Amino acid sequence: MTVTNMHRSRPNWLRIHAVIVFAFLYLPIAVLVLYSFNGAGVGGFPPRNLTLNWYRTLFADSAIWDSVANSLMVAAIAVLIALGLGIPAALALDRAQFPGKAIFRRLLLLPLILPGIITGLSLLMLFARSQINLSLTTIVLGHGTALISVATTEVFAGLQKLDRAQEEASLDLGANYWQTFWRVTIPNLKLSIIGAALLIFTLSMDEIAVSFFLIGRDNTLPLEIWGRLRRGITPEINAISTIIFVFSLVAIVLWYRLRTKAESSPEFAAELIETAVQGD
Amino acid sequence: MFSRAYRAVVTIPPLLWVMVFLVVPYLLMFCYSFWSVSASQTIVHAWNFDNYRQLLTVNVYWQTLLRSMWIAARVTMFSLLLGYPLAYFLSFHADSRKELCYQLVIIPLWVSYLVRAYAWKTILGSEGLLNTLLQYVHLTHHPLDFLLYSPFAVVLTLTHIYTPFTFLPIYAALEHIPRNLIEASHDLGASPRQTFWRVILPLSIPGVLAGATFAFVLSLGDFLAPALLGGPSGIMISNIVVSLFGAAYNWPLGSAISLCMLVLVVSLLFLSERLEKKWSFS
Repeated sequence: MTVTNMHRSRPNWLRIHAVIVFAFLYLPIAVLVLYSFNGAGVGGFPPRNLTLNWYRTLFADSAIWDSVANSLMVAAIAVLIALGLGIPAALALDRAQFPGKAIFRRLLLLPLILPGIITGLSLLMLFARSQINLSLTTIVLGHGTALISVATTEVFAGLQKLDRAQEEASLDLGANYWQTFWRVTIPNLKLSIIGAALLIFTLSMDEIAVSFFLIGRDNTLPLEIWGRLRRGITPEINAISTIIFVFSLVAIVLWYRLRTKAESSPEFAAELIETAVQGD
Repeated sequence: MFSRAYRAVVTIPPLLWVMVFLVVPYLLMFCYSFWSVSASQTIVHAWNFDNYRQLLTVNVYWQTLLRSMWIAARVTMFSLLLGYPLAYFLSFHADSRKELCYQLVIIPLWVSYLVRAYAWKTILGSEGLLNTLLQYVHLTHHPLDFLLYSPFAVVLTLTHIYTPFTFLPIYAALEHIPRNLIEASHDLGASPRQTFWRVILPLSIPGVLAGATFAFVLSLGDFLAPALLGGPSGIMISNIVVSLFGAAYNWPLGSAISLCMLVLVVSLLFLSERLEKKWSFS
């Protein structure tokens, strides 16, 4: 009884604090969604003339949908680049010894914690010096480079849990490295790889600080929104944001159901931050 | 067990990529920072320290750098003040609603960073939700104009963005504290307050350090929130870099400032790691 009282007496202000933090976190999101239906514009209390007009405007707005298509394409290729290099990088960190390994790991992880402006500008200088014109390709290269860190972290964590004996058995039974890689290593890493792909895709869709400096003629969605914010704002931006938010929620639910099937911890976002900051 | 060829195949491609797209660009930035721009707007490859001298002597540069650090420090502090008690509550008192609450903290991360900054703009503006609401209930008669286009708006927005990021590692650290340590502390007669200060807090310090470093570093380098909500008084160092790479066309000076940020960030990471090692219990 005393123990229960002790636990019950303190959390009151903690509970109030939690409610306040949640209110703070969700206030802008609620406003965003609510005002996407507001006939009278982005601000103003109370909301007036609820309408679907902004969604109609949005669906007729080809510039936005072009930028959405660009973003989807950029994100898909960025996933391929980040995984294509992040998986080998994780294998290298897990199983190879080479001079400069510690520095290699640091450099690889650096874009995760570095303000995007530094990654963006340094790449801009590279492309300018090598006379490469800015386009969606340069954005893809930027996203790929920045997000290898995510793929490496996730896959490396998966490798740490992998039972090496399975690979040994496969090699002993006469499979070569290539077969072992595709039939034993990759299937065991499936969840890590899917998780990394989803995260990289989302981060790329939302990325703006690096893209800001590498943009050519074609906009990605965040840059399209950015351009409009400077010209004056309408609830059309609320509408597109609401739609993307709903899609993200669906993705989270799917991801969550996938993850609970496996025994992996749901704390990997925290691990990612710790790896970014502390490098191990 | 793995052959040399296997190791070479997994090592060389990422190594090359890192060389071309990370090492070379950083080196280029380093070189640019010692070059200069001629009157006809071409880059002069004459090595000198002028850009660094300007950075230290021209008031607007170092003052903006200091202001950015002050904004980032406030963001970090508020994110910790919001994130730590929440993480503590979830870890120790949320009982069956723990999983749901955890998801509720994560979900805002899926709303685009830019869109959240924009949402705050629609709340804080002179025609925005907050001002019209205050006038609607007759608390004020004129729009409060310090809300938007001020350092306050930048700190508020960045705190909103980095609170979940600060929460995550703290929550992970709290979850990893063996519960029998806390029971032992109670059994040995410590009050809940003592248990918190002497057992729980010290064990969660590595998580606090990770979250604080993340929030500080990323808000220090931000240029979107200040451009959108900061106004002239809320300009941060990255906004100056953006203009130096854009209209002002002074890449060398912009590189020098970026490089200072890079050095600052890497030193902070180094410091954070040292502190983390000191505090982590083995």
